[in-house]
Amino acid sequence: MTKDRALEVQQVTLAYQDRVVVSDLSLVVPAGRVSVIVGANASGKSTLLRAMARLLAPRSGRVLLDGRIIGDMPTREVATVLGLLPQSPQAPEGIAVADLVGRGRYPHQGWVRRWSAADDAAVAEALAATDTGDLADRPVDQLSGGQRQRVWIAMALAQRTDVLLLDEPTTFLDVAHQVEVLDLLTDLNRDRGTTIVVVLHDLNLAARYADHLFAMKDGRLVAQGDPRAVVTEELVAEVFGMSARVIPDPVSGTPLVLPIGRHHAG
Amino acid sequence: MTATPPATLDQAISGGRLVRRRRHAVVVGALVALLLLAAALTLCVGNTVYTPDQVLRAVLGERVPGASFTVVRLRLPRMLVGALAGIAFGLAGVLFQTMLGNVLASPDVIGISAGSSAAAVIGIALLGLSGAAVSVLAVAAGLAVALAIFALSAGGTGGSRLLLIGIGVGAMLQSVISYVLTRANVTEASEALRWLTGSLNGATLERVPPLALTVAVLAPIVLLLGRRLTILQLGDDAAAGLGVSPRRTRALLVAVAVGLLAVATATTGPIAFVAFLAGPIATRLLRGAGSPLAASALVGAALVLVADLGGANLFEARFPVGVITGAAGAPYLLWLLARTNRSGGSL
Repeated sequence: MTKDRALEVQQVTLAYQDRVVVSDLSLVVPAGRVSVIVGANASGKSTLLRAMARLLAPRSGRVLLDGRIIGDMPTREVATVLGLLPQSPQAPEGIAVADLVGRGRYPHQGWVRRWSAADDAAVAEALAATDTGDLADRPVDQLSGGQRQRVWIAMALAQRTDVLLLDEPTTFLDVAHQVEVLDLLTDLNRDRGTTIVVVLHDLNLAARYADHLFAMKDGRLVAQGDPRAVVTEELVAEVFGMSARVIPDPVSGTPLVLPIGRHHAG
Repeated sequence: MTATPPATLDQAISGGRLVRRRRHAVVVGALVALLLLAAALTLCVGNTVYTPDQVLRAVLGERVPGASFTVVRLRLPRMLVGALAGIAFGLAGVLFQTMLGNVLASPDVIGISAGSSAAAVIGIALLGLSGAAVSVLAVAAGLAVALAIFALSAGGTGGSRLLLIGIGVGAMLQSVISYVLTRANVTEASEALRWLTGSLNGATLERVPPLALTVAVLAPIVLLLGRRLTILQLGDDAAAGLGVSPRRTRALLVAVAVGLLAVATATTGPIAFVAFLAGPIATRLLRGAGSPLAASALVGAALVLVADLGGANLFEARFPVGVITGAAGAPYLLWLLARTNRSGGSL
């Protein structure tokens, strides 16, 4: 089981060069839950996630992990507590699945190369959890998109962190694989208590899988909370600038957003 | 999820890892054997062929008529300088190629070797320098060009921007070299030209220690940084997530690679395409089994020695080593450029 960690964003302003992307945003990540960040393109959700993962230093404000400023902590120490799956990681040509997943063990190994039985066990468990065990010796570049995404998640699992941040892990996947990835993250949260923060595009999947939803628009947090309370027709209009009907999802009971568009109004 | 993985999976994974580790060891072992063979041939074969026994006695300091001079004063420094420069070129090349995720990002393609060469040619032909002064100049220029290329491509994503800027900078420096050669007088120009081809002809025992020291200090650092390099290969964000600072690691790797490259370039001249070829050859041999660093160093050294042996003995005229590696490397570069349009072209 994992430990609950306090990940907190306090009055953070984020910018690339002169362009301010996120301004004066504060939030507390619910420990041991699945949080999903949603928002339109360029709303700053990926930028926020990068700051939470100490990849981007805030212009002002601070990101705290267990009460410490994350940017001041030794980066390798953070890596044993908080894992990140970025949007488009690169697999070196020809690398075997097991070796790629094994790289997730890096923060746990010393200066001198020491691969231990514990590392083997962590890799085996990560492969089993993502159902990629029979791919272990295959080169990553020969896998399908869905398999490859599972392998990347396996690498993040092998890192064995208490907090896992994922930036649009379902992009480029067909709908079956999207659901599969989100089910996998839910498993991880339910079984190990891992605190998960995911950036997602799809509002309906977000509403279904999130325990806690953060909705962003123009670099600000517009709403947050249980998706059942948060996802309303007004919110969809505000965040995505789109009129929509919201009905209960017949499968999960969570809110289901039906965009109206120009040709089907009335 | 909750189910602990079956013990068989555990075994399959450590088994697979063991297979790859063994393949790595076999490839490295075979390359060491090839390198030793090439080194031995360099000492034995030439205008006069000496037996291994004569060579060994001469190298150990015994007076062997003929062999003492030819082997110890001519062939031994040639072999040592060739092997050491090959190691340096091979490591520098594979570091750049791996770090930037592109085979074409080798320092002899992106203008860093050209920077060292231009500085050395200016030193030789215009300033009348030689020896250590040329080396210092070449190292400084190599670092300056690397810095300039990285600064110019800062803010861009991925290696392709850096690659194009590097190729442009390289072309500019080539024209500087051509200009200097037309300005220099005949003796200096021909001296500079001989150096530019990349040659072991000027190798003397005095040239060995600076190169040996550089390789002895920097090669272990490269191997130590190797694990961070494998993390950096996953992309900057993924690397940072795993606790490797991309900027700091890259700066360190560039400094080490340029150091190796420039000292070797100053000693032998830019032996064409060794830095470019060593990494891909090593990678093909390993087929994904472990780090390509050690294997690339060995391939680089073996390439230089084999090409030098070929250039010295296979043809009626003696060709400097750079002519042979250039003739072998250029078609590969063309093939790669043609292929890159279709696939990404990572190492």
